[in-house]
Amino acid sequence: MNKVAARPGLGGATFAKFLANNGALVGLFVLGLALFIATPDFLTGPNLLNIGIQASVIAVLAFGLTFVIVAGGIDLSVGSVAALSAMGSAWIFSQADLPGWLALGGGLFFGALSGAVSGLAVAFGRLPSFIATLAMLSIARGLTLVLSEGRPIPTAPAVSFLGSNIGPVPMPIVVLVIAGTVAAAILNFTVIGRYMYAVGGNTEAARLSGIPVRRVLVTVFALSGLFAALAGLLLSGRLDSAQPQAAVGYELDAIAAVVIGGASLAGGVGRISGTLIGALVLVVIRNGLNLLNVSSFWQQVVIGLVIALAVGVDSLRRKSARH
Amino acid sequence: MSGSPILTLDNVTKKFGPVTVIDGVSVDVLPGRVQVLLGENGAGKSTLIKMMAGVHQPDGGRILIDGEEVHLPDTKASEKHGIATIHQELNLVGSMSIAENIALGRMPRRFGLVDKRKMKDDARAALALIGLDLDVDQHVGGLGIARQQLVEIAKALSLNARMLILDEPTAALTKREISALFSVVEDLRERGVGMVFISHHLDEIAAIGDSVSVLRDGKFIAEVPATTGEGELVRLMVGRDIDKQFPRRREFSGAPETLLEVSGLSTKGMVNDVSFSVHAGEVVALAGLVGAGRTEVVRAIAGIDPYTSGSVRVRGKKLPPLNVGAAIRAGLGHVPEDRKVQGLVLGAAVNENIGYATLASTAKAGIVDFAGQRRRAQEVADKLRIRMAGLDQAVGALSGGNQQKTVFARWIVAGSTVLLLDEPTRGVDVGAKVEIYELINAITAAGGAVVMVSSELPEVLGMADRILVMSGGHIAGEVPAESATQDAVMSLAVRDVKRELEDKQMKDES
Repeated sequence: MNKVAARPGLGGATFAKFLANNGALVGLFVLGLALFIATPDFLTGPNLLNIGIQASVIAVLAFGLTFVIVAGGIDLSVGSVAALSAMGSAWIFSQADLPGWLALGGGLFFGALSGAVSGLAVAFGRLPSFIATLAMLSIARGLTLVLSEGRPIPTAPAVSFLGSNIGPVPMPIVVLVIAGTVAAAILNFTVIGRYMYAVGGNTEAARLSGIPVRRVLVTVFALSGLFAALAGLLLSGRLDSAQPQAAVGYELDAIAAVVIGGASLAGGVGRISGTLIGALVLVVIRNGLNLLNVSSFWQQVVIGLVIALAVGVDSLRRKSARH
Repeated sequence: MSGSPILTLDNVTKKFGPVTVIDGVSVDVLPGRVQVLLGENGAGKSTLIKMMAGVHQPDGGRILIDGEEVHLPDTKASEKHGIATIHQELNLVGSMSIAENIALGRMPRRFGLVDKRKMKDDARAALALIGLDLDVDQHVGGLGIARQQLVEIAKALSLNARMLILDEPTAALTKREISALFSVVEDLRERGVGMVFISHHLDEIAAIGDSVSVLRDGKFIAEVPATTGEGELVRLMVGRDIDKQFPRRREFSGAPETLLEVSGLSTKGMVNDVSFSVHAGEVVALAGLVGAGRTEVVRAIAGIDPYTSGSVRVRGKKLPPLNVGAAIRAGLGHVPEDRKVQGLVLGAAVNENIGYATLASTAKAGIVDFAGQRRRAQEVADKLRIRMAGLDQAVGALSGGNQQKTVFARWIVAGSTVLLLDEPTRGVDVGAKVEIYELINAITAAGGAVVMVSSELPEVLGMADRILVMSGGHIAGEVPAESATQDAVMSLAVRDVKRELEDKQMKDES
């Protein structure tokens, strides 16, 4: 009896299930097809590379955020942490005599540290993650301004390298692929990754199974901070300078990417591949609307509708799966 | 005094899925009389009162109000007929005043604003109905449980309730508060209010009840006068043939090494100086009523909740408090009371759920041993006969019994030797129950030890080697399996150590 219930079996139902389970992928495909028909500029090599570069920062931010959301939390600070990390890196470089790799490593360290602080506040201070990271959003942005005195600082060569090209391949796309692979490996193959799903799915059951819930939470936020730092370095590398107002509001794009990718804000559900697709959906919509000369004001309206649609379809799917 | 019934349940039946929880039960509630519902946990009392309150609808039979058949689709409908329920968990907003609580949902209005004066007058009038004199501006949260209960009764009466359902109203009260409540009940009886009363304290039945409906396993057993002796009531409540249902075998022949030793365990408020030990091959049951502190004992042992004093030793080694990981490494496995909330990640696969406790210990360099985990999970799932579409099926889609077996499987994979089982067969059908009992046999035959919390007396008598009966956070007594009877366990369970102390105190005072 269980077998019948578990496998709807029939071809139509399976296909419908695939569509429902991969709504974002289907959406991305339809979007691409529509833009291909609408404008000859869309499906060209340079434009696709452009999309990849634009997606890289949002996607890397969103990869880190996926850990947090899978574990049942939220991280509003990723944009600010990205800016702080990039600024910290540039600042280290500006303090002469320090090697470039130290600037790169230092930037990543700033990010992981900021994330770990949020994580400690959530795990041991019992702050809701919304509040802890809202505080960090403000703190990190403030520190960025303090560090830079409100002015841009040039980045180290090692950081600028992240924004350059190797032959025809832009480095941001290389970083995107590597970061995505690492993130997916952490979520799927490591103990801590599997723990994230358990903690997000049912914290109490996870704790009673002997899973070190607090350690998982601190790790999750530290990873989010680390990925945010990488995104910040990518961004500053492309501009060859760390900007005090960099990545303002990017946390919202990152959350949108994760959510469009099928993760549940209730926790326990989410995939890196989904997040990547989510980020691409956002960037392709913006790119396409630009190509079609739609004003950036209207673009925001469209993005909002896409988020609502994606999450609405997702929650309908969950509801029907329960019956 | 009594006339025709206010409400009649006529031969009602209720099924949840395949399980029949109420099977052809009839109850009359008469004006000015207190109808007691008596039965073990799970006998169907709550389902029955939920039908009266419109929370559940019967699948068969009729509900009559004033002799006319009615349909109660929700609580509003039953309230309209003047039926009010006083739940164990009170329906009051702690941060609002008594007056606001009594007027909640129907605040008197004047010019679109709340008419505070009228609201307070109404509240005072409501409190006066039961002779209660309280400041109606006071926040409800600041009142004790007993007062809150009375406020809720006053609220119900102000809604013109003519029938009150009192669901274990005395559970959280002291002796003095109970006598205050009972005098209110006497008053209401005079006034012709019909009442349904649930209590586990048999002595209260004679004190307050008129007639007792005894339920067992969802079936109506007898209706007897409230003056019936306690011994007879217990016999009616629990009497049934249990031999075949409980296939306890004692096949362990090794040395009876002490595996678990608990001494002087106390937690804040719930557990008082509990000591016991469990040997290899032994099943020790913690019996007692719900709220006696059994779950709290088990949770403290498992490292889930903190304790204020005492110690827990596994194979002679002291466990650090509040450390689930250390308890698991020492060989403890805990099957919690509520598998859906505490035991399983319902959205995750069976495979994942079985593996949580061993994910880290079997991993190499932080990488999950997927092949090994899967193999072990499959082996144990086969052994326990977990019926599923496959290891990748979400555990939430399995039946209750198979979900419970999944929690067991986690600890079998972990090689746990001391299992703490909290209501291991709750919500599990009869067939799966026997499988779980066989599992307990297998664990003890292999030299493991089992601590079993259970509210089902037959299960306790059928499976345990020793029975510790808890009451009010104390161990009220120990009964060896050979000489255990349901009456013996029940009389220890209703023996209230705390109230005995209070009684003594009251006697000393007078």
